[in-house]
Amino acid sequence: MEAQGAVQAPARERGPSLGRIWKDGLWRENTIFAHLLGMCPLLGVSTTVKNGLWMGAATTLVLVGSNAVVSLVRGLVPREVRIPAYITIIAAFVTVVDLAMDAWAHEMHRILGLFIPLIVVNCAIMGRAEAFASKQPVPAAIVDGLAVGLGFTLALALLGFVRELLGQGAVLGHALWADYPKALGFILPPGAFLALAFLLAGIRRFSRKEA
Amino acid sequence: MNASRLVATLAVVGAIAGALVAAVERLAAPAIERAHEAALHEALAEVLPPHANAPQREAVVVDGRTLYPARDARGRLVGVAFEAVAPDGYSGAIRLLLGLSPEGRIHAVRVLEHRETPGLGDQITRPDWLARFAGRGLADTRWEVKKRGGDIDQFTGATITPSAVARAVGRALAWYRAHADAVRRALDARPRPREKPSRQGGR
Repeated sequence: MEAQGAVQAPARERGPSLGRIWKDGLWRENTIFAHLLGMCPLLGVSTTVKNGLWMGAATTLVLVGSNAVVSLVRGLVPREVRIPAYITIIAAFVTVVDLAMDAWAHEMHRILGLFIPLIVVNCAIMGRAEAFASKQPVPAAIVDGLAVGLGFTLALALLGFVRELLGQGAVLGHALWADYPKALGFILPPGAFLALAFLLAGIRRFSRKEA
Repeated sequence: MNASRLVATLAVVGAIAGALVAAVERLAAPAIERAHEAALHEALAEVLPPHANAPQREAVVVDGRTLYPARDARGRLVGVAFEAVAPDGYSGAIRLLLGLSPEGRIHAVRVLEHRETPGLGDQITRPDWLARFAGRGLADTRWEVKKRGGDIDQFTGATITPSAVARAVGRALAWYRAHADAVRRALDARPRPREKPSRQGGR
């Protein structure tokens, strides 16, 4: 990460450093790779890299917005009603992103369709509101939203890459071989589970070596 | 904690969230409208033969269907476009836009909206597949995939989707012929340009 991150955050409220937030969100505590949260959009939309990237970007926007607002109101919302309050905040941002994509990214809005409104039930977002944003100052919450969102995007794009490559023999929509026999297994949902399983196994092995 | 404070909190959160959504909705509405118009405009340009008019402005409604006429510089009808829906795709309805010659032959077909499986059913959007519809009419084609006794090619890994599209096109052609008189009357009337053609489907 950038060097300035470490300097500008003299840990307020005993919060983690910005560098730590980035590392956690992107990798160590990655929504998909470490927690296996948010599987529904992951398996549903990761058929191509492009879909994965757009879905990840939409989710990141929602995460940054909801984290910021949840952190902003963290002293005002009583514990008993915090869950419905957070859901309302998340739903508002999802609707905003849905409308914005319909207006300014019409083609992708048509492709991702129902998965955009469904961001509201991505438990990873609720999880960040509850576990992080409701206890941390606004800047840290925003950085956390960005980091976790980009980590989620990374996972979506990676799985999309594997499925597009193995299923359709293409990268970012460009066919690599003229007569690639389509591998149905990877295009249909079972392929998503399989590809994810191998990805996770590979990542586990890789991180063990690192540790 | 007393209950009224809980209720008040949720009411305030709800009101602010609602206001935010309403504000963005207002802000985005013109752009959404433009995006939909632009998408339709682009699709019409693809399915209709070259024309000199603005089909969207001259749209007429016949039997609940919106027709977009294409006319040449002298005002002669050279094509008609309208939407057709295949309700029985593999994952829900498939919306198509058909461009016909005035006599009812396919000029071009384009898929407007679908949720078919990427890599399989979504091959219905392949231009080379859709191009095989060109020139076909109601009488000279069995509007079903070959596997099911029709004249339309299916493709690897998908039968249901292309079959749904083929049958929907066939039904649309049959509708066009059945309403040929009404269509001709409506289009010959040279209607004053309409401000906003009613849009079918969509959201």
